[in-house]
Amino acid sequence: MDSNQQISKSTNLQINQTLHLADTALILGQRNSDWCAHGPILEQDIAITNITLDLIGQARNFYQYAATLINNAENKNETEDSLAYLRNEREFKNFLICELPNGNWAQTILRQFLFSVYQELLFEKLIACNDQQLSAIAAKSIKETKYHVKWSSEWVIRLGDGTEESKTKMEQAIDEIWMYTGEFFIANDYDIIDVTSIKSKWLEKINEIFEEATLSVPENTFMQSGGKNGIHTEYLGFLLSEMQVLQRTYPGANW
Amino acid sequence: MTNTKEHILSLLEQVSDPEIPVLSILDLGIVRDIVCTSDKDVVITITPTYSGCPAMDAIAFDIKLKLIENGFENVNIIYSLSPAWTTDWMSEEGKKKLQSYGIAPPQNMSSRIEKLLFEEESHIKCPRCHSTNTKLLSQFGSTACKALYQCSNCKEPFDYFKCH
Ligand SMILES: [Zn+2]
Repeated sequence: MDSNQQISKSTNLQINQTLHLADTALILGQRNSDWCAHGPILEQDIAITNITLDLIGQARNFYQYAATLINNAENKNETEDSLAYLRNEREFKNFLICELPNGNWAQTILRQFLFSVYQELLFEKLIACNDQQLSAIAAKSIKETKYHVKWSSEWVIRLGDGTEESKTKMEQAIDEIWMYTGEFFIANDYDIIDVTSIKSKWLEKINEIFEEATLSVPENTFMQSGGKNGIHTEYLGFLLSEMQVLQRTYPGANW
Repeated sequence: MTNTKEHILSLLEQVSDPEIPVLSILDLGIVRDIVCTSDKDVVITITPTYSGCPAMDAIAFDIKLKLIENGFENVNIIYSLSPAWTTDWMSEEGKKKLQSYGIAPPQNMSSRIEKLLFEEESHIKCPRCHSTNTKLLSQFGSTACKALYQCSNCKEPFDYFKCH
């Protein structure tokens, strides 16, 4: 008989699924938060910061659930904070696109758009999944995500169908980050829903907005992946060291 | 025990949203359940407005403080996510308070809000001069739950509590 410390395979997958959702929301939120007080104009500074707050809030809900799952399965004392601040780079399961530097406003907008459209489709599926808590978090979060999709879609159109300069910057942004979108639809053993099934709907929506923005969707480009399995770009380590320095230097520090 | 529950409700009426102090947490519609396990012990279930609403931790603290000040000993706060909070749960009384505080209250049922691109909720009533000739300045206002509008009649900018 195995010791009761042994976590069942299905619980392990459930934990990894929840951490993937949490890490993805946290890392994108952490990146976007760099815009706070640096946005191009005040209203949009506030907009991206509010989107960031939603993402961090979603991450907290996912981390709290992951901590409960871990603590129930193992004799541990994880918290939302220990999971966010005390795990190493290779343990993070966020999409690579989230950890990329913000680049300029066009690149930030484009990433938010590509991601939020994906996230809305994902949450629609998660609402119907048989994990009650993930379903509840998704049902709560999707109301926020719909605002993110609307806001970022409008900006993609404004910039793409804007001036020559704004269009050029959007095209450069597409060249830069499109290759990180393939990972959205690569199934992993811990996926609770079939992520390959949302690809066509995602592409349809991206096409619709790009068309209005007079931008083109790249075809047959190389796609980078790895984040879902903890294989990251060189950027994540730097991000984590900045984000985690306080808890690692003063363990347990509190507000 | 019923008396205790009514007593607790009257105490919760005195706990306000730290960001919109004219609203009590009952006006906001975030108190979902009250269970008294004895005269001194109570479990309060609240639901967050937005996932990242920083007011939630402050609200939970204020609830505990208010009840402990009034003789309760064990106050347990449970956060419940499902069903997700909606502005439809805001009390009519709360909407009136918002209006006189200078924030336009949510004007529609959240389910009836279409999120079409470049389209915004229109005819939001200016809390100052009551004109409905108003326009959106920014979809996100001072907090995630508000949008920034401007009145074309009196020119005053104002916050609108978005339907959610
Ligand atoms: Zn007015």
